[in-house]
Amino acid sequence: MADATNLQALGAAIAEAAGPAVQEVFVERGAELVLRTGRDTLVPLMLLLRDDPRFAFEQVMDICGVDWPERAERFEVVYNLLSLSLNRRLRVLVATDEQTPVPSLIGVWPAATWYEREAWDMYGIVFAGQTDLRRLLTDYGFEGHPLRKDFPLTGHVQVRYDESRKQVVNEPVTLTQDFRSFDFLSPWEGMTTLPGDEKVHQIRSERGQIEGPQS
Amino acid sequence: MSGTNADGFAWNREALPPGPAQDSVVRGITGEIEEKGFVIANLDKVVNWARTGSLWPMTFGLACCAVPMIHAYMARYDLDRFGIIPRGSPRQSDVMIVAGTLTNKMAPALRKVYDQMSEPRWVISMGSCANGGGYYHYSYAVVRGCDRVVPVDVYVPGCPPTAEALVYGILQLQKKIRRTGTILRG
Repeated sequence: MADATNLQALGAAIAEAAGPAVQEVFVERGAELVLRTGRDTLVPLMLLLRDDPRFAFEQVMDICGVDWPERAERFEVVYNLLSLSLNRRLRVLVATDEQTPVPSLIGVWPAATWYEREAWDMYGIVFAGQTDLRRLLTDYGFEGHPLRKDFPLTGHVQVRYDESRKQVVNEPVTLTQDFRSFDFLSPWEGMTTLPGDEKVHQIRSERGQIEGPQS
Repeated sequence: MSGTNADGFAWNREALPPGPAQDSVVRGITGEIEEKGFVIANLDKVVNWARTGSLWPMTFGLACCAVPMIHAYMARYDLDRFGIIPRGSPRQSDVMIVAGTLTNKMAPALRKVYDQMSEPRWVISMGSCANGGGYYHYSYAVVRGCDRVVPVDVYVPGCPPTAEALVYGILQLQKKIRRTGTILRG
């Protein structure tokens, strides 16, 4: 198992091999190695991670977005890599904003297409060099990017069957029941710690929220 | 049965109103045929009996509600004994069981499948999501009840409803067909 020291060593080796492409290396929760890189250096770094036999991250497991509205570059693209031959995982972070495209990884891992389409659909992150940047999950003709923090939960349109036009039509949202906000501290609406469950929280705080491998 | 329907259109000109006169005619005919091995019955009741005894559902499993629906079809609850056989084609089915969350993207497809079913047709809405959006009522991507897209006959509550609840819903639909079914075209 990869413990924190091994991960530190791996991170140092990657930082040495990649040079200034790696902006930051840290180990999260004692078990997850994370690299931060820039948009310009992303593709060469990924090629290095894939092709160098010391790293050998053959697969991209997932690409997703994160929205940080308070940051100047509000989006973060997260690449989760897996090395099957060395049984290791790595996370690479790239920051961007609404306009600036992130280089597509389609040339490195063709499987990146669906992930990048999903990130485009949900966050509006643009990927340069991606030839098939269509929506993946939301409705045909959907407007907006629903996982952005400023997207309203109920969206802008709802559908209904129109008897006169004989088709399903979109129309502006009208809620028949107002949105209910729950008070999660009230014991009647949401107990954060159920009776008999106190031990779980105690153990977590003793570990410092670490749920990773036990040495 | 009266001799006229709601529009006043006489489809049996010589119909007798219920009463002693009608009874004597029926008794006369019954007596004549019974000995020759015939049974007589009201045609609409026979049709309703046939319809309720072979409700073929269009399986529209959209989410986790499909699992209790499958339970209802399988050996323990065995909807086959009611003549209920799941169909893969809307052309062959009488009832559509909307089992699960209906999303905006799926709604036109659901309506198209409903439109392809031949009449008479019925719809059972199964589970909270199909009934009114359920857990996803406020979501940007979910239809707040499948009755916004297709007319629903029976709502089965639950999240998900048990297989027994679905069987009960189907029995309620049979009751409804027996009560309102007609051989006149709507």
